[in-house]
Amino acid sequence: MLELIVISTLNGVLFGMLLFLLSSGLTVIFSMMGVLNFAHASFYMLGAFFGYQLTKWIGFWPALVLAPLLVGAVGMAVERYGLRNTHKHGHVAELLLTFGLAFAIEEIVSMIWGKSPVDYRVPTALDFPAFTVFSTNYPAYKIFMLTVSVAIFVALLIALKRTRIGLIVQAALTHPNMVGHLGHNVGRVFMLVFGVGSALAGLAGVIAGPALVTQSDMAALLGPILFVVIVFGGLGSLPGAFIASLFIGLVQTFAVALNGSLASAFGPLDSSVGPSVLSDIWNVTIAQIAPVLPYVLLVLILIVRPMGLLGTRET
Amino acid sequence: MLKITRVIAVTLPMLSGAAYAQDTVKIGYIDPLSGGGASVGEGGLKTFQYLADELNAKGGILGHKVEILPLDNKTNPQESLVQAQKAIDAGAHYITQGNGSSVGAALEDFVTKNNTRNPGKEVLYFNYAAVEPSMTNEKCSFWHFRWDANSDIKMEALTNYMKGNSSIKKVYLINQDYSFGQSVRTQARKMLGEKRPDVQIVGDELHPLLKITDFSPYIAKIKASGADSVVTGNWGQDIALLLKAAADAGLKVNWYTYYAGGAGGPTAIKQANLDHQVFQITEGFANSGDEAAMEFEKAFRAKVGLSLWYPRAVNEMRMFKAAAEKANSIDPVKVAAALEDMKFDVLDGGSGIMRKDDHQFFQPIYISSFGSRSEKEPFDEENTGWGWRLVSKVDTPQTVLPTTCKMTRP
Amino acid sequence: MTSTMTSAPDIAATPSGQALRFYGLWAIAAIALVVLPLVFSSGGSLTSFSLIGIAIIFALSYNILLGETGLLSFGHAVHYGLGGFAAVHLMNAVAARGWPIPLPLIPLVGGIGGLAFALLIGWVMTRRAGTVFAMISLGIGELVASSSLILRSVFGGESGITTDRTALPHIFGWSFGPQIQVYYLIAFWVFVAAMAMYALTRTPLGRICNAVRDNPGRVEFIGYDPHVVRYLAYCFAGFFAGIAGGLAAVNFEIANSAYLGAVQSGLVLFATFIGGTAYFFGPILGAILVTYLQLGLTNVTSVWQLYFGIIFIAIVMFAPGGIAGLLMMHRPLIRAGTLTMVIPSYLVAALPTLALACGVILSIETVARYTASEGDGNIINLLGIPFNATAPATWVTAAILIVGGFIVGRITWRRIADAWDRAGSIARDRGYLA
Repeated sequence: MLELIVISTLNGVLFGMLLFLLSSGLTVIFSMMGVLNFAHASFYMLGAFFGYQLTKWIGFWPALVLAPLLVGAVGMAVERYGLRNTHKHGHVAELLLTFGLAFAIEEIVSMIWGKSPVDYRVPTALDFPAFTVFSTNYPAYKIFMLTVSVAIFVALLIALKRTRIGLIVQAALTHPNMVGHLGHNVGRVFMLVFGVGSALAGLAGVIAGPALVTQSDMAALLGPILFVVIVFGGLGSLPGAFIASLFIGLVQTFAVALNGSLASAFGPLDSSVGPSVLSDIWNVTIAQIAPVLPYVLLVLILIVRPMGLLGTRET
Repeated sequence: MLKITRVIAVTLPMLSGAAYAQDTVKIGYIDPLSGGGASVGEGGLKTFQYLADELNAKGGILGHKVEILPLDNKTNPQESLVQAQKAIDAGAHYITQGNGSSVGAALEDFVTKNNTRNPGKEVLYFNYAAVEPSMTNEKCSFWHFRWDANSDIKMEALTNYMKGNSSIKKVYLINQDYSFGQSVRTQARKMLGEKRPDVQIVGDELHPLLKITDFSPYIAKIKASGADSVVTGNWGQDIALLLKAAADAGLKVNWYTYYAGGAGGPTAIKQANLDHQVFQITEGFANSGDEAAMEFEKAFRAKVGLSLWYPRAVNEMRMFKAAAEKANSIDPVKVAAALEDMKFDVLDGGSGIMRKDDHQFFQPIYISSFGSRSEKEPFDEENTGWGWRLVSKVDTPQTVLPTTCKMTRP
Repeated sequence: MTSTMTSAPDIAATPSGQALRFYGLWAIAAIALVVLPLVFSSGGSLTSFSLIGIAIIFALSYNILLGETGLLSFGHAVHYGLGGFAAVHLMNAVAARGWPIPLPLIPLVGGIGGLAFALLIGWVMTRRAGTVFAMISLGIGELVASSSLILRSVFGGESGITTDRTALPHIFGWSFGPQIQVYYLIAFWVFVAAMAMYALTRTPLGRICNAVRDNPGRVEFIGYDPHVVRYLAYCFAGFFAGIAGGLAAVNFEIANSAYLGAVQSGLVLFATFIGGTAYFFGPILGAILVTYLQLGLTNVTSVWQLYFGIIFIAIVMFAPGGIAGLLMMHRPLIRAGTLTMVIPSYLVAALPTLALACGVILSIETVARYTASEGDGNIINLLGIPFNATAPATWVTAAILIVGGFIVGRITWRRIADAWDRAGSIARDRGYLA
């Protein structure tokens, strides 16, 4: 049991940090530009596939640097030539543009790399068990993922608190209009922020690709959970996104580890009743509902605290 | 194939209902050709086209040319019904489908209703891979024929093998949370309980279908349970990722699977270095040792560039020809009557029978393991260098299960 | 986007001649619905028409949210699906218990099913509009779709729940077995639902919905609660989506979790937006086009979804009014008689634009073939000319078409803008363009 708890905690924190790499970029972009980037998870997928392709050509370590930069460049191009032109039609049009983009990126990726998972492997330098908890090996690569995520988190924190750009971004989080009024080149800041946000998503893709699965539906699988994270944490709140990422990461991992159901807690239902909604709910295990849990949390938080965990703004 | 000019040419007949000449036998192939299941659907399509070419080279069926109509159902039941209608409009009296039990059930229902409502325009549904047991039990139809062993039959064969293997003591069940996965799990519990009451079932897991990207939490549970064998009906990425996570965590168990041989599976097994620890249960495989089958496999691989995933498709098409010749007609009703209780020598050797009571085909079933090869195993998979090796053969009589089908006949 | 929306009806303010034209339009629509299957009578075309009819109701119901009230939903299929399940369950109950409910009333039950869920969930969902609403609708959509696989006794798991429409009490001697009878049932409901939804836009509620879309703050000042208005609009949209779902259940005789899923929600969004949200007939055009493309395009290319995405992006970026918006843009010019001034520039621009489109199609298909690269599927037939996907000549042709088409096209597009300016200013002088 203890073994399960240790492993699950490690896995949960890892998944949570990965979610944070994505949700941080999404939150900053949303706060500044008012755009919910539907294609954010698609940039994560692009990162994984660029990482895979570059690893094949030039090796994993150069790919780790190059692929996120490439994704960032794609992001900047999307902002410059897509979103900026659509801005005049309002936020709904911008949101729809990113929706169409997410759709198109998935199709392009599956057209080039196919529908089935690609063979994106952990680099040999990191392909060994880091340590053994009880009898289970914990792969070194996962430790590496954790390290990178934490490093990025710290770097992001420093960049936001200590640099001039960080100051502008922070100001834009709470007073987006004022920043524009103060005469900053809002267009360029937007493009930069969008690029950095996409690059972070790309980085998450590069490091998650070998450990999880790299295939063309990975964006569609992760995207909705990402939105749950940023609504749950409170729109526009970075600390909120951080807490929500970890929380949802842990909840999902632990739910899988648990076997309990109402039937095991209170005993089986009278079998003469036959199948009904009640018996469905009664017999379902927590592990089975793990993928639904984030959405249940979303609905709950919206009823109890509509602005999210640490959110301050109503929109 | 983009043919702008043919967009109109193809879609207009749909609107004008042009009559097609009856000099070809058209078979509507309804499976995913776009979306997530496309790679599997394309493989099946190539198989059927290869088989049609083979029949045509020998003069077709009763002198009629065989033509396969590819129809994309996007693995969606509703879409499949639309495509089935398209096939009928194009003059097809036979449809074949395999991927997705939900699609299979919808098509079986559609064919039954269509044939009752449109007498004289009957359509037969040849099922080559949808293994949901209910399709030949409570939901059975006269117009549906299944060449794949349904999941209960496979479990019967598998547990018959496990009965004789005393090293199996603790079994863990992990399956996809949907009708097929659930029937695997239920039957495994029931049959193991009857045949090996001493075996302990230490875990029984259902996980969401095709949604898990990291199986390590599940592997941690299997490890904690102390199981020595895992039984799983997982397919697609769910089997590949499961094995990958197992290798990462250093889990050493034997895997009894239905679909480890599917696309991506062999690569995952090789990567995980599970030499002859992954077993698969099929109606045939490349290294089965049968001369003719291996000859066929060789020719097939050379032409199509894939290994033969569906030996049952070969049985289906060849048996269709035999039945049409027996009935001396390509009329679906007569062919259906001829198929009932028809005996047929299957591709990998041995005899099979299409049972009249439920239209389920019974055939020899093989259990094979994947790993390094000897000279008896000439074929490898997915360029891994590893191949399937025969572990056990279960003969037709040992696979027969009773049916609850009460068939209404025309 | 706001400026292109016609909130005031041209009909209500104008005298009887216009009213006659208005009723004439509906009469023509009704006649077309009746005559259509007599002209095209094959099973496939009847199925296509039935699907298009269902898609029309669904898209119109979606436009109550998106076009009328400004609510962007990513989970509208929830109501469609629940409507479908309600209909299937009732059909099975009617068949089993012998209740005297004929099939034509079943879609209404679907509507009630969709409405019930909207009443339940809508209040929480519509608390806020905009992006937040969009995300919540996405979450709810995922929640319902995933739950449907857990609650097997209601939703029947993956295989869903089947039914037999002919088992219900027959009416007018119709068994509803043949597709033609189902088509007329759907056509009837399309007509009724479209009329009802059109009438809804003319009611005070419809007007307040428009106001909430354009300026919720001001609506509050004049004494309406935007939340309540959004909630009401949401309920109506859920009701009509449920009717569409009920009809789908009647048509397919099966309801399963795919009805509720993200794909269905995405399709209705595509259809509505491509057609145009600002005009009542926009979603109808969109539903016809998207359904037809979905049925037809799959025969010719395996990457049809990519074309969908590209069309959608192009519409969002260059014609946010959709097809209806593009068409209606020309109305003032026709009235002012200046349409002839822009047509030549259209014709000039058509050639390079077409070349650009061909280039894009050719390059997409080349990549698709090249990566699939097995067997003999490498020949692309574009406008009757065969291209080999592996031949450099094909790549060069595609590149020339794209680059050349773009460069020449840009010049001609500017000419269109100039011609428009001239035609528009004359129309403005004559008082037809605001």
